[in-house]
Amino acid sequence: MGKTENNKAWFLVLPVFVIVAFSAIIPLITVVNYAFQDILGPQDRYWVGTEWFKEVLTDDALQEALLRQLVFSTAVLLVEIPLGIVLALGMPARGAGASAALVLMALPLLIPWNVVGTIWQIFARGDIGLAGWFINGPLGLDYNYTADSFDAWITILVMDVWHWTPLVALLCYAGLRAIPDAYYQAASIDGASRWAVFRHIELPKMRGVLLIAVLLRFMDSFTIYTEPFVVTGGGPGNATTFLSIHLAKIAVGQFDLGPAAAISIVYFLIILTLSFVFYNVMIRVGTGSSKS
Amino acid sequence: MSRSRIVVIVWYVFLLLPLYWLFNMSLKTNAEILSGLTLVPRNPTLANYRTIFTDPTWYSGYINSLTYVVLNTLISLSVALPAAYAFSRYRFIGDKHMFFWLLTNRMAPAAVFLLPFFQLYQTIGLFDTHIAVALAHCLFNVPLAVWILEGFMSGVPKEIDETAYIDGYGFPRFFLTIFVPLIRSGIGVTAFFCFMFSWVELLLARTLTTVNAKPIAATMTRTVSAAGMDWATLAAAGVLTIVPGALVIWFVRNYIAKGFALGRV
Amino acid sequence: MARIELRDLAHAYGPRPEREEDYALKRADFAWEDGGAYALLGPSGCGKTTMLNIISGLVRPSEGKVLFDGKDVTGLSPAARNIAQVFQFPVVYDTMSVGENLAFPLKNRGLPRAEIEERVREVAQMLELSPMLHQRAAGLAADAKQKISVGRGLVRSDVAAILFDEPLTVIDPHLKWRLRRNLKEIHARFRRTLVYVTHDQNEALTFADKVVVMHEGQIVQTGTPQELFEEPAHRFVGFFIGSPGMNFLPVEGDEAGLRLEGTDIVLGRELAAQARGRSGRLELGIRPEFLELHEAPVADGLEAALTEVQDLGNFKLATVRLGPHLLKVKLHEDAAVPQARGWLRLPPTRTRLYAGGRLIG
Repeated sequence: MGKTENNKAWFLVLPVFVIVAFSAIIPLITVVNYAFQDILGPQDRYWVGTEWFKEVLTDDALQEALLRQLVFSTAVLLVEIPLGIVLALGMPARGAGASAALVLMALPLLIPWNVVGTIWQIFARGDIGLAGWFINGPLGLDYNYTADSFDAWITILVMDVWHWTPLVALLCYAGLRAIPDAYYQAASIDGASRWAVFRHIELPKMRGVLLIAVLLRFMDSFTIYTEPFVVTGGGPGNATTFLSIHLAKIAVGQFDLGPAAAISIVYFLIILTLSFVFYNVMIRVGTGSSKS
Repeated sequence: MSRSRIVVIVWYVFLLLPLYWLFNMSLKTNAEILSGLTLVPRNPTLANYRTIFTDPTWYSGYINSLTYVVLNTLISLSVALPAAYAFSRYRFIGDKHMFFWLLTNRMAPAAVFLLPFFQLYQTIGLFDTHIAVALAHCLFNVPLAVWILEGFMSGVPKEIDETAYIDGYGFPRFFLTIFVPLIRSGIGVTAFFCFMFSWVELLLARTLTTVNAKPIAATMTRTVSAAGMDWATLAAAGVLTIVPGALVIWFVRNYIAKGFALGRV
Repeated sequence: MARIELRDLAHAYGPRPEREEDYALKRADFAWEDGGAYALLGPSGCGKTTMLNIISGLVRPSEGKVLFDGKDVTGLSPAARNIAQVFQFPVVYDTMSVGENLAFPLKNRGLPRAEIEERVREVAQMLELSPMLHQRAAGLAADAKQKISVGRGLVRSDVAAILFDEPLTVIDPHLKWRLRRNLKEIHARFRRTLVYVTHDQNEALTFADKVVVMHEGQIVQTGTPQELFEEPAHRFVGFFIGSPGMNFLPVEGDEAGLRLEGTDIVLGRELAAQARGRSGRLELGIRPEFLELHEAPVADGLEAALTEVQDLGNFKLATVRLGPHLLKVKLHEDAAVPQARGWLRLPPTRTRLYAGGRLIG
């Protein structure tokens, strides 16, 4: 669709700009202030240049947190995207069951994040949790997410799958419902196998929503904080200390404002770079699919 | 039965089990919870719920949460509507950069904003108010609202605008009486997402409040006391935080399929 | 290639049909002869697409059987029936090139590569798709996409029939006739059984050797375009085919003949015998093309008032009032038009009598 050139449109965007700038730019200035200065009191500040950056960038804790974060986000995408697709394909498309299936599927998305943490804490604990009891008892495995790093990881990952796969599934479901029946009918007449239907009809038509799903899941898993904080508090040791938890530990826990601000900026730049890449991919794929 | 159907059934069992467990615990006493595992409460009790509904520190948490969520949804929608219209209809200096910048805020980690927000809202005297949380949540909800609404608006043919202008409608009247009704399903979907993301967020909400606007989710951390964890009340409070979300989904269930495509299918 | 027989067929989409209205397709016996070019004509919602989907196997009829060359295929899938179907909106596989699209049905059936290539080349040439064989199908215009859909049916040498469900809906008007001509050529060359669903009588009448007219879930008439025009078996056919449709005059039978309702005018003495003993509402039907309108009194002429004359280029359309009833008369472009009043004559050989909507004489 051709858009009209009109710079007065800025007036329509202005309220958004003001309100987001208030929430984004002013705090960012504060962060920048802290990142380049050592602030001991209102009148007592020193310009330290890039010293904080040198400190945090060479800090093993940050590097480990970043690595952990990347592994976690990759794992999240590898599990949730295929699972979401399979679920969307298997969910009932019409009838009374369809509404119920949708409502149930969306339920985890509307639970406050710390409550998600609480639910899984209660569910996975060895003493009072059904899952923890089941794995330790009838299954005979030694499982304790508060003591064992691997168990903690699995618990956080399973919790994230429980919490966020529905988003992927619902996006894919929406994409699938937009495919006209004629495509399935033509495929059945052409003698296409189930796999061919998926590969040549469903997957191409889901491309747009899948991209949104990958984007949202990547970004949100990259900034995950509340759920693991409630369940493991970043532990045992630092096993589940992801970037946001690491940052909060330094900023709020130790009140090291300079390093915290420097980490914030590095963190933000990583996300900015990644979102820029994703955004451009999205634009390219988006215009490609609009032709079809 | 097809393989994908089996996966779906297993999924729903997996989805419901933790929720059932939470509900199960909310009907027990702490003594029963700690005395061993029982699949159904031996003596179901509503005492935990009674505690929450009679104690103002508990139920005011719900009111606080709902207040700032509704405030945030209203603010987000009213500023995002004109902006989304501008992005869907016009080209202007810096439009693409502006759009991208907005989206980056949706992707910004809340943890980065913790401290600056704390200082900012204390400085301007809005600390511990509902409006502070509502404004803070605008950081991610306004960009999201603009993005979703732009998708829906781009689906409305431009000829409708042109016809209205030829018929002598001014912009405000056209926008409110013709355009907004046309994209009402999009507005519903946007409101749903704003509600959702504001309702589930805790980190900023907890940081910006202490007493007067403290969200329910933060109140839940109170259950740790000298006597140990009050699991039963915690579970009951958890169940109650699920209820508003469940109600909202129930009301929009017929739009979910379309809504989750964000107008972009 | 096959003779397609529908035996005792009926279909309801609901689970437990009770009343007649519950049926999308009412009980029917019908046969599509091998190699025929049929049009299935009727207004939206008359059951034509249901009928088509039952033939192809996309819909399983709730009652009755479908037979291909005497073999019961009711329980078989579309793929097993060897049917090709082209839909209203073009279906192409976006991820494939035009050539791959055409080869797809053959590949699924495991044909040898050389044969697939040979067939694809042949069909592409016939449909004028050869230059774009290696292009991606996703970006093409609607008519090219629809040709690909047709092509996927044609590549298969074994298809029992090719079914078309309003295939030209999304095609630009100036391309429609070319595609239709393409289809006719294909039919002439391969003599496949073709069934072409449409609600557009022009499309039906120009495409088909035989037109099947459906109305409210029932086949009301089958015939050549000429038969449908001259001998509509049902009031609906007379009304639906022709532009404007047939005139219908409600009459009552008595000793003298058929008396026009609400008047003393007696019409159609020749048909009075057929009307005797019939139940249902009696109506005389006559096409606007066959009504005669004279400036001066004629034998058997009825005096009528002219209410309107429209000049439609190569003909004129007069509206006349006979008693309380309005009739359309189609006049030659050079014909003299009476002023204010004229004399109507209903030629007996062209006048039909209907009882309860069905032709009786």
